[in-house]
Amino acid sequence: MNLLTLIVLLPLAGFLLNGLLGPRLGKGFVSLVGCGLPILAFLATVRAFMQLHGAGEALVETSYTWAAVGDFKFDVAFYFDRLSALMTLIVTGVGSLIHVYSTGYMKDDASYARYFAYLNLFLFFMLLLVLGRSLLVCFVGWEGVGLASYLLIGFWFEDPEKAAAGKKAFITNRVGDAGFLLGMFLLYHALGTLDFDAVNAAFQGPVAPAVSASLVGVLLFIGATGKSAQIPLHVWLPDAMAGPTPVSALIHAATMVTAGVYLVARLNGLYLQAPGASQLIAVVGVATAFFAATIALVQTDIKKVLAYSTISQLGFMFLALGVGAYGVAVFHVYTHAFFKACLFLGAGSVIHSLGGEQDIRRMGGLARRIPVTFVTFAVATAAIAGLPPLAGFFSKDEILWFAFASERGGSPILWAVASLTALLTSFYMFRLLILTFLTPSRMDAHTEHHVHESPFSMTSVLIVLAVLSAIGGFFHVYLFLEPVMPLPETDHALEHLELPLVVFAVAIGLAGLAAAAYVYRGGLGRAGQLQRRFAGAHRLLSGKYYVDELYEAVLGRPLHWISERVFLRLGDRMLIDGSLHGLAALAQRSAGRLGRVETGSLQFYVWLAVLGVVASLAWMWRHG
Amino acid sequence: MDRTQLMLALSVTLFALGFVGVMVRRNALVLLMCMELMLNGVILSLVTFAGRSATLDGAVLVFLVFVVAAAEIAIAIPIVLLLARQRGTLDVTAYSELKG
Repeated sequence: MNLLTLIVLLPLAGFLLNGLLGPRLGKGFVSLVGCGLPILAFLATVRAFMQLHGAGEALVETSYTWAAVGDFKFDVAFYFDRLSALMTLIVTGVGSLIHVYSTGYMKDDASYARYFAYLNLFLFFMLLLVLGRSLLVCFVGWEGVGLASYLLIGFWFEDPEKAAAGKKAFITNRVGDAGFLLGMFLLYHALGTLDFDAVNAAFQGPVAPAVSASLVGVLLFIGATGKSAQIPLHVWLPDAMAGPTPVSALIHAATMVTAGVYLVARLNGLYLQAPGASQLIAVVGVATAFFAATIALVQTDIKKVLAYSTISQLGFMFLALGVGAYGVAVFHVYTHAFFKACLFLGAGSVIHSLGGEQDIRRMGGLARRIPVTFVTFAVATAAIAGLPPLAGFFSKDEILWFAFASERGGSPILWAVASLTALLTSFYMFRLLILTFLTPSRMDAHTEHHVHESPFSMTSVLIVLAVLSAIGGFFHVYLFLEPVMPLPETDHALEHLELPLVVFAVAIGLAGLAAAAYVYRGGLGRAGQLQRRFAGAHRLLSGKYYVDELYEAVLGRPLHWISERVFLRLGDRMLIDGSLHGLAALAQRSAGRLGRVETGSLQFYVWLAVLGVVASLAWMWRHG
Repeated sequence: MDRTQLMLALSVTLFALGFVGVMVRRNALVLLMCMELMLNGVILSLVTFAGRSATLDGAVLVFLVFVVAAAEIAIAIPIVLLLARQRGTLDVTAYSELKG
């Protein structure tokens, strides 16, 4: 049985059913199809996982020959090894949970069927991305998830701001995709194949391929920066929060944004031969982690804090990739999927219970009112802050260790910046927790009156995810992945520091907690004082380092100018419209002239005819 | 001047008379008659040359032209009659709707 094809096609069937029939058959049908097919896909994945476990080597399945050009064949083939197995489990597992959660969250939305159709479509493309054997299939999924992300960010497209956020995400991703495409072309040109396993083998083989691994690596990494919101293409992700909250949880936290990490990890054979590209990845990763964390310190929108936190955590993952610890990066993808999905869904539950309020300055005191949300949110917060023994502790600690000691580019500087970022992470996450749930209420009476715990369909998912965030770290993914992605050597001289570093990391997490508690325990008063004292820094951070403004000035405005002046006025209006109008005017003018010949006088016509005859006779006489 | 030249001179005269008539007269019926005159001038030259070359082709062509001319007149006269009935005049300068 074609199990892998089945996994991919189930969500597509959901998309078609919900998209075509959903609006007619009602919400019951939509929920059943929308949640049922992803769950079936999850079960199928579990089954495939068992097979993989039994077989011991990757399952390969060719389901369709897309194109055969001469000797070159492009197959739609699926590849199921330990890495893609894990990713598929995350995608279908967390995806199914979020589908279930959505039945509660989107219950009253008018476009219920459209929502589930899009969500299933997303799942289809995401599975294509992680299961595809070749870069080409992966790219189709890559573009497809971009499309689904666009559709879901702009889900409430009646609001022009939300529609614009969708466009921004799409266009920013397009920049990265150009890099991806170029990298793919180069690889195909040099190797004649795009299959991941073949590419890795070629770069690990005795004869070096006739292409620079660093160049290809950098180009593909540009693609990854687009999808995974790394500097300089990170600007779309915070705006992407305009979509429904479960979408933010699924696409913009747990799965799609980790596609870049997956891509680099998948091509580890290539990146092992590209120390330059790897170094770039590490630096970009750690810089993104740090800057996003500083921005998150001052955000007041609950989802924006989480969005910047996501960017920051993705930076951690790229740091791990950059120092060669591919398995550790995927480990963080895995733990991050749990606690960040839990945080986003918890935020969704908060927003739901407050009737749409997202500003944490107008929250507070929710711990008693919505206890399930509070507890799960607190667990996930502790997990992302890296407190033991929760999931985030294990993965982040491994990243910090490899950033410090890896022989593939680890350095104390990377470790120091990453540790500082971890401190900031702990601080802003506990700030969020305290301001939302613990401080005295700052809600207005009307909102306060309506606060209610979310329905079971939502809280149950929160509980599952909180449990996974708590215990997920005990499954050491990087050891499981060791056969496909060996861990880098670490410096033996530093090994005695491993335990002190762990202790230090825990201390950092607790320090963040203590600092946040100190500043925010009494509400916003102390924070206000700090804000006044560091007004300049605060403005810089809440302006998000003015990157959007910079892009607007450097790219947006010149582009606008060129479009307006060159393409519209010169090209469109002057050249194209101008030449057509000119032709029309010429025809009109010459018609006006010639029209005067038509005097209506018969005798004049005869004269003209005679003139013509005489002229042609004369011409014939002269030319024999 | 032999006979051929005489005939040709006659044909040219007929043609010229018709041509001048077409140019200077305003009456639509007279114009038609002048056109017939021009046509007959041409046919006369045709007959003359046909006789000289002693073949039947010219004579056949003459009959063809006669048929065409008769058909043309059969259409032209009713048109002129309709025009005259509509406008109450045969002056061609009155018919200048197609003036550009």
